[in-house]
Amino acid sequence: MSNKITVPSGKVKAAIIGPGNIGTDLLMKAMRSDVIEPVWMVGVVPDSPGLARAQDMGLKTTAEGVDGMLPSMKEDGVQICFDATSAYVHAENSRKVNEQGAVMIDLTPAAIGPFCVPPVNLSNAVAERKMNVNMVTCGGQATIPLVAAVSRVQSVSYAEIVATVSSKSAGPGTRKNIDEFTRTTSRGIESVGGAEKGKAIIIINPAEPPLIMRDTVHCLTVDEPDQDAIRQSIDDMIVEVQKYVPGYTLKNGPVFDGKRVSIYMEVEGLGDFLPKYAGNLDIMTAAGLRTAEMYAEEILAGNFVPSAA
Amino acid sequence: MDLKGKKITVHDMCLRDGMHPKQHQISVDEMVTVAKAMDEAGIPLIEVTHGDGLGGASVNYGFPANSDEEYLSAVCGAVKNSKVSALLLPGIGTVDHLKMAVDCGIGTIRVATHCTEADVSEQHLTMAAKYDKLDVVGFLMMAHMIEPEALLEQLQLMESYGANCVYITDSAGYMLPDDVTARVALAREKLNPSTEIGFHGHHNLGMGIANSLAAVEAGATRIDGSLAGLGAGAGNTPLEVFLAVCDRMGVETGVDLFKAMDVAEDLIVPMMDDIVRVDRDSLTLGWAGVYSSFLLFAKRAAKKYNLSARDILVELGRRRTVGGQEDMIEDLALDMARARDAA
Repeated sequence: MSNKITVPSGKVKAAIIGPGNIGTDLLMKAMRSDVIEPVWMVGVVPDSPGLARAQDMGLKTTAEGVDGMLPSMKEDGVQICFDATSAYVHAENSRKVNEQGAVMIDLTPAAIGPFCVPPVNLSNAVAERKMNVNMVTCGGQATIPLVAAVSRVQSVSYAEIVATVSSKSAGPGTRKNIDEFTRTTSRGIESVGGAEKGKAIIIINPAEPPLIMRDTVHCLTVDEPDQDAIRQSIDDMIVEVQKYVPGYTLKNGPVFDGKRVSIYMEVEGLGDFLPKYAGNLDIMTAAGLRTAEMYAEEILAGNFVPSAA
Repeated sequence: MDLKGKKITVHDMCLRDGMHPKQHQISVDEMVTVAKAMDEAGIPLIEVTHGDGLGGASVNYGFPANSDEEYLSAVCGAVKNSKVSALLLPGIGTVDHLKMAVDCGIGTIRVATHCTEADVSEQHLTMAAKYDKLDVVGFLMMAHMIEPEALLEQLQLMESYGANCVYITDSAGYMLPDDVTARVALAREKLNPSTEIGFHGHHNLGMGIANSLAAVEAGATRIDGSLAGLGAGAGNTPLEVFLAVCDRMGVETGVDLFKAMDVAEDLIVPMMDDIVRVDRDSLTLGWAGVYSSFLLFAKRAAKKYNLSARDILVELGRRRTVGGQEDMIEDLALDMARARDAA
């Protein structure tokens, strides 16, 4: 991937499924992309403000769900879809758009495809030409890079993350199925973060004004932590995440206490459609777009032609 | 206050809330011994879990001496008449933990959320309500932080998910009797008559007994306490004291007062690492409205970074932190130490 000589020109066309807060924020970010051109917004509620907004921005829209877009999506050149709906309908959505030759980037907790945390394993997913990738969870996107930053220095027997989000940024989907957050994030800490065992905790705080997303990462290393190497690795990783989430900030730490390494983070969003405090939602949309852009670069370079399996 | 003839159910917290001052290190043997003695005294409900509920074993809250499964199966197997309850905080524990606890033999599950976030309990309460004979309780923590009307809406959500009992929980030990009366009375007026109301107090302002009596007067029929007060902060409502007061006032609890006093004195007090009492820091919790289990974390951070635990706790209150945010304490202490060094 890194050996391409010419800079590809043009953009890859994309569809966003789910015109809610996440879908709309994603749309606003995607409008600025050099390689992604959003052309479809797919919803299910005819008079939804999200669909109206997308229409105003020049996108084709449908309130018939994915089925409303399917007949013309190939003709319209859609090669990448984002699913910002719910875990319950994701599998069907994914099957349908894959059949039309589009890669699916899953922002729901369905996790039927491999987990993707851009600075850690995005290049693997793209290299393996995966037709469905999952963005884990907001807490996962915010913390797994740091677990990986420690585990690439030395073995981590256990990693635990605590994500604290404002009430206003925790949507009904998250609330109805909060176990999905803890389970999916734990699995991501293990499979992508590289910890032998992972645990995730989420706290919702209703304070006003809303608090900026906070994340704590605790790692237990197998041997005594190599403090200098871990500090450097964390600093490097934060720079990587800041490329797509500029408000990703180390607040305190790493604190070393025996074999415990604790890192205290704050994640401020860009404030596109979602308010700045909702860094938890911003990091999902930014990571989803970052993933799409990497696919798009490969597509534009002629290295990858997404197709029905 | 005339409470004569009222019947209530008391619920002991030593083996769950009491895990906080014990840093979750109560042994299975101690739990079994205590639970048997409580059973013998006629205490109808005994909570047994990690202090932060099922799945609380963590760096953030502390790893317990044994797993929830080991504690629950041992205690459920040891009691004859008492029912065992487990606590679950969505975001920490999951329905998988709930199923495990039911398999161990619990009779009551209590699903706890911050007072404004009842909707995160839907998944767990709905699942719990599907079990025959399981007593399903919704538990709204830090209930001092919102007004009675707003609290009622959240209690009604929990009721709608299938809770047959809902709790108004004074996690910070901040409430005064009038606060309790206002919340319980409104809930009693508006909730289904068949829905029980409970009150869980902390003794940080020394109001555990007075608040529990106010709750009973306003219509609560379940009251949490812990023998000798073993619980977070300055402890829970000291149960043997509350039982003695109930006896004097003619409130029926069905508990043998002298036996309860003996369990408190002979078993619980000797277990304490430090005497659980209203001291400068636990008093600060109550005064500032801070989650009681932050106490030891603030003391440790104060020691490590050479700060005052009271200053840390006051700041945590000012920031309107909620239950579970223990990770905030070291983070905040680092900020405070930096500000001090810069000054």
